[in-house]
Amino acid sequence: MPTLAPVDVDGFVVRAGFLKDVPFFALGDGSLCFAEGGERRVQPHKNGLLAAEKMLDEKGLVTSGDDGLIQKIDSDGTITTLAERPRKWIDLLACGPNGAVAFASGRTAWVRLDDGKENEFAHERAVGGLAFAPKGLKLAVARYDGATIWWANAGGAPQELSWKGAHLGISFSPDGKYLVTAMQENALHGWRLSDSQDMRMTGYPAKVKSWSWSQKGRYLATSGANAAICWPFFGKTGPMGQNPLQLGTRGDNIVSVVACHPKEDVVAVGYLDGMIMMCRFEDNAEVLLRRLGKAPVSSMSWDDAGDRLVFGSEDGEAGIISLR
Amino acid sequence: MSASQDTTSQQIPVTVLTGYLGSGKTTLLNRILTENHGQKYAVIVNEFGEIGIDNDLLVESDEEIFEMNNGCICCTVRGDLIRTVQNLMKRKGAFDAIIVETTGVADPAPVAQTFFMDDDVRAASKLDAVVAVVDARHVLQRLKDTEEAQDQIAFADVILLNKTDLVTKDELAVVEARIRAINPYAVCHHTERCAVDLKAVLDRGAFDLDRILSLDPHFLAHGHHDHECGPDCDHEHDHTHHGHDHSHDHECGPDCDHEHHHHDDDLHSVKSISLKAGDLDPELFFPWINQVTQIQGPNILRLKGIMALKGDPQRYVIQGVHMIVEGDHQRDWKDGEPRESRLVFIGRDLDWDMLKQSFEACVAQ
Repeated sequence: MPTLAPVDVDGFVVRAGFLKDVPFFALGDGSLCFAEGGERRVQPHKNGLLAAEKMLDEKGLVTSGDDGLIQKIDSDGTITTLAERPRKWIDLLACGPNGAVAFASGRTAWVRLDDGKENEFAHERAVGGLAFAPKGLKLAVARYDGATIWWANAGGAPQELSWKGAHLGISFSPDGKYLVTAMQENALHGWRLSDSQDMRMTGYPAKVKSWSWSQKGRYLATSGANAAICWPFFGKTGPMGQNPLQLGTRGDNIVSVVACHPKEDVVAVGYLDGMIMMCRFEDNAEVLLRRLGKAPVSSMSWDDAGDRLVFGSEDGEAGIISLR
Repeated sequence: MSASQDTTSQQIPVTVLTGYLGSGKTTLLNRILTENHGQKYAVIVNEFGEIGIDNDLLVESDEEIFEMNNGCICCTVRGDLIRTVQNLMKRKGAFDAIIVETTGVADPAPVAQTFFMDDDVRAASKLDAVVAVVDARHVLQRLKDTEEAQDQIAFADVILLNKTDLVTKDELAVVEARIRAINPYAVCHHTERCAVDLKAVLDRGAFDLDRILSLDPHFLAHGHHDHECGPDCDHEHDHTHHGHDHSHDHECGPDCDHEHHHHDDDLHSVKSISLKAGDLDPELFFPWINQVTQIQGPNILRLKGIMALKGDPQRYVIQGVHMIVEGDHQRDWKDGEPRESRLVFIGRDLDWDMLKQSFEACVAQ
């Protein structure tokens, strides 16, 4: 039976996750809470924390805030400033290979390489999302009317992908074959990178603000509907012409966060009313992990083993759910 | 579109300040921020100006117009505001209200529409009022030069006619008449250095359907004169020289008239159209208002109305921006209150005759 251990945090949980197996909660008030045998707090940002992303090698958590700082926090709580853009709100972050960190404000994105060197990437319109490619040091930027893929470490012409409208979140499929964006409209857009073939994934009643690739990248689970909508990305044509799985369907609520299990074809589904369920792809079997809460679930992550799930809500509710 | 949501109480009120550089907008903003009212504000500015704004939560936001992929050319929102409001919600509790300062050249429509068209923004916040600060000395020239100046006045719920100490009484009357010709239903205050009771600017509920009437003295005071030149402006579009008894008992009556006629000739200038009727047939009225806003939406900047629907004991109120219209029942008609339907459009290139005729065709038989 799953057990839920509440964690006492205050404020909007921007990101809940694990750093070297230690549960952490990055909070809108600028603080970061580690929950390991009691709670430890550090304050990487004086006022507001807007984004937090784990470094790929787990050497630290990168956070950004409304103070224009990009901070790296080690699991022991040590804070190092990686970059600063005074007076800018840095609300977009991505961590890439070899310690590279991308961040953006307004129309400009920057990549900070591990040696401290920074490269700037200017766009005509606001940057909506950032993602590093799974292979090679390439940065994809979601922007108005499409996406741009830059070589993060070198010059050279970027690859431009066009689709009308405002593109916000962005993610590569783990095999690097597809690039997917979440749009201002209630829809996803995707490109097959080999031939820039467009894919439209529509039908959502709300904006897609959370997504998660299932193990081996077979499915992309998404929020924004009354079920977790899981698009198949295996096979030659990916989701084209396919119907998505609908898991954890509820008649009266909308999915706010999804987190795919790292080892099984299972997804944790969080809803606007605070409920959390675990759903199996194969047969849509459901396990209730958390009853209603006060506020929408805002973030969830699994540990590497897939034994524990951390979650946080917009109203400062947080906890660790153990399956064993 | 639903008129009200259960989440109303949690929605953070948003005040939009418009006005040209030098109109006194920053003065008003600083007045709001420094006055001792116990409220904490998050302020979204287009750029950090030369005059400092002293506030803990100050965000710079570059105008990013998003067109929606629905084929409607007037369905635009401000992507930067969506993003900023979402980021502010991560600091819930750190502020009580939001002020959005726009530049003098910004189109106010996408700003307003953001608060109706984006579901996330709509859940988190609600537009309280659009406040335009107008420089009494320079506004006439601005109106000649630019469409934005007209749009800002047309869009406003509250107008501060500022720097009144820099013009004569006669000049001021001309200016006010010109403003009234564009927007007869905004509440207009004469100010020097934006000295105004902040209650006149904040917490107006200008987009709340249940406050449409209490907000709008011109609806209430039809035939009464607690305002200069208010109700008259409704009448000039009758295309008959109005010889109402009240046209001479305030300073701007005749000017008002001339101004309107002059500007009626200018097809592209913003003007207001006021329609009046008795009980309407809901079977006719709703399809009509939908059609009008679908077809004329790009030309309609704002609309407001109070409808008497046949067989309905309650007043039905509507308000809209371009193609977005929302409406709801407001309250029972009071005893002795004349059941009258009134609808005001403010817009550009609107065909008054067509609107009047088609509106009158909705009258219940």
